[in-house]
Amino acid sequence: MSLAETQQTAARHIPDRLTTPLARTFKSWESLLLLVAIGIFILNSFASPYFLNAWNLSDATFNFTEKAMIAFAMALLIIAGEIDLSVASIIALSSTAMGVVMQAGFGTPAIVATGLVTGLLCGAFNGVLVTRLGLPSIVVTIGTMSLFRGISYIVLGDGAFRGYPSEFAWFGQGYVVWVITVELTIFAILAVIYAVVLHKTNFGRAVYAIGNNATAATFSGIRVERVKFILFLLTGLMAGLASVCLTSRLGSTRPSIASGMELEVVTMVVLGGVSILGGSGSIPGVVIAAFVMGLVTFGLGLLNVPGIVMSIVVGALLIGVIALPRIYQNLRRS
Amino acid sequence: MGHAQTPAAPVLALDGITKTFPGVKALDGVTLELYAGQVTALIGENGAGKSTVVKTLTGIYQPDGGRILMDGEEVRFPTAQDASAAGVTAIHQETVLFDELSVAENIFLGHAPKGRFGLIDRKAMHKDAQAILDGIGAEIDAGVRLKDLGIASRHLVAIARALSVEARVVIMDEPTAALSRKEIEELYELVDALKAQGKAILFISHKFDEIFRIADRYTVFRDGQFIGAGEMADIAEAELVKMMVGRSVDQIFPKRAAEIGEDVLLVAGYSHPTEFEDIHFTLRRGEILGFYGLVGAGRSEFMQSLIGVTRPSKGAIRLNGKVRVIRSPADAIAAGIVYVPEDRGKQGAILDMPIFQNVTLPSLPRLSKNGFTRMAEEFALARQYTERLDLRAASLDTTVGSLSGGNQQKVVIAKWLATQPTVIILDEPTKGIDIGSKAAVHDFMSELASEGLSVIMVSSEIPEILGMSDRVIVMREGRMVAELEGEDLTPETLVRHAAGISSKGEAA
Repeated sequence: MSLAETQQTAARHIPDRLTTPLARTFKSWESLLLLVAIGIFILNSFASPYFLNAWNLSDATFNFTEKAMIAFAMALLIIAGEIDLSVASIIALSSTAMGVVMQAGFGTPAIVATGLVTGLLCGAFNGVLVTRLGLPSIVVTIGTMSLFRGISYIVLGDGAFRGYPSEFAWFGQGYVVWVITVELTIFAILAVIYAVVLHKTNFGRAVYAIGNNATAATFSGIRVERVKFILFLLTGLMAGLASVCLTSRLGSTRPSIASGMELEVVTMVVLGGVSILGGSGSIPGVVIAAFVMGLVTFGLGLLNVPGIVMSIVVGALLIGVIALPRIYQNLRRS
Repeated sequence: MGHAQTPAAPVLALDGITKTFPGVKALDGVTLELYAGQVTALIGENGAGKSTVVKTLTGIYQPDGGRILMDGEEVRFPTAQDASAAGVTAIHQETVLFDELSVAENIFLGHAPKGRFGLIDRKAMHKDAQAILDGIGAEIDAGVRLKDLGIASRHLVAIARALSVEARVVIMDEPTAALSRKEIEELYELVDALKAQGKAILFISHKFDEIFRIADRYTVFRDGQFIGAGEMADIAEAELVKMMVGRSVDQIFPKRAAEIGEDVLLVAGYSHPTEFEDIHFTLRRGEILGFYGLVGAGRSEFMQSLIGVTRPSKGAIRLNGKVRVIRSPADAIAAGIVYVPEDRGKQGAILDMPIFQNVTLPSLPRLSKNGFTRMAEEFALARQYTERLDLRAASLDTTVGSLSGGNQQKVVIAKWLATQPTVIILDEPTKGIDIGSKAAVHDFMSELASEGLSVIMVSSEIPEILGMSDRVIVMREGRMVAELEGEDLTPETLVRHAAGISSKGEAA
């Protein structure tokens, strides 16, 4: 092929997109999930006369706000191909640290700062082990899951920290306006920030690139280890923030605080359409998944379903929602 | 070397075998004959069709045309089991063996002798395995676990495995690639033993000294076509080289004389503990510098260290007169040195991401505003470079994985050109892509050089090297062995230096 020919054919125009972004949104996982959320909402309102009440709904948001704060950072971490299973233990350690500071007589600002910094340090610890030593994150964070909570048990034993200052209660029990809680507001602000970071920045693009093909990302000049380290830091910080909110809401610290929450966070992320293998997912998906999980637990609670059954339902929901697209694919193939 | 008489009829013959892949005719009516008790060397460049022949003979590929004959009867190998049942067995460069199993189990995995109730007859298996091992002179106990053996012994187990089926035809695909000098000698003895047992052997190697040491006959392929065959005793090395590479080089290469300007990149004493040593050269503006060598000569490893993927142990570079230290690909991109890797799927493209995001990935720092991506600018940049390379794609937001190999390569090249580099390194830029895309890539390379870009091209294809390069550095076993230019740049000199053959035609 001569150069002249190349230049002629080079006039061939490649369109940006074949489908409009709007059409793509309609066909997305997030839309399907939104339908599920609306369905559960309608079912709930039929199932219990107490459901459609502004204050009850406001209470219901506590079912997911703390978990969702962590889920946003976890979503980025999982998209980048890593995971942090120690988040619930970070909550326990942060809460314990806050209790120690509180008992030493410090005020609310110092307590909150302690909670956040402890989370950050725990995240840094995970991050160093994964990115500097090259250990698999699932193993590292299963280890730190025991380690962090173990420290809380050593400090507290059977006891508990009580007597947080009254201003501290604002984070977990306060309202911004009417029925809108402080936690729900933090959740909303974080949702916007994380959505922008993941979908509109170079950093977010790097997260996707790393999760899809870390080698090609490295060759493309992305500092893979640094991005991963930042993600572990963020996840730790979010766990610290969740710890502030949860401790404030409960008004006390026990070493068993937030037990098992890591799995609910991961469930929320995966339910939101983030591939557990990394590389794909979105923040809007996680937001809707947060509402779905909150609505399901709240609805079951109104129906006086015991907690054990609730966890069965949440588990079945997760497997069902994940399996559906695969089953659909198999049916279409055969 | 015994000058064996050609027996009347070949044990195995390929007659007019054709195999086509999308865009490539891998085999075009080739002929190959293997005789009992003789070693036939299959000679050809990368891409000549050697591995396709091996896969056709072992039932992995089905030919599109032609016949496979055993003892003159037409046979078919629909599966690998059929080929093995017919007595065709292959020893690959890397046979999959199992660490936790015993040597005997490794040898007979999948076809162990069965006793009562269809259970494996362990005693018989052990005895047969030991007999095969003894038969090839391997001092290995069939009962030990594979993981307790060294590399050389493992290789013998792989050979024993190949011989555990009643083999009449043994294919050895670059069997010496991973062996030491001493192990190679032992392998030669083994080949002699197999010959004595009357087996027909197909021996594939790039190394001429080996071929002359061990083969009785030769067959040469080039670009999927049969070029010639005969007895080793009747041919000189120079003639073989000519058959292997000889063609009119000027046919498709659009290399234009670019104006070669000042020195751009100076590399001095680049070394790595294991991969390469003392690489040094100067690259000038508008120049295409070829790097030729056999697979494993250390070319890609050197290039990757040049762009900061791995760290050199020694060495320095100067770019446009300034000393630069490159510690990461990000540094290299910032300095204006970019690398189009050989392994497109792993290192080059992110297959599950859209075309435009692939193209803009290394350019994002420049393209974005305060760290925020700008969609319109991304599409514009991606369009500018992909259209220049004549990319065929439905839209810019389809994934790279949905494109053909040639078009994927265009995306990867577009991605690197979009960074506006000073030096672009292309590693096997046309490997595995169709003829049309190949021409487009060559054309484009030439255009880049004439625009003043400095190009380094790593290639194992002689026509490409000769057709595109202004100057060629030949590497062998991690070292620069020659720098060729002008009249010295011929297929014969390239092959000699790369394979380590002295000019008198003796193996070095």
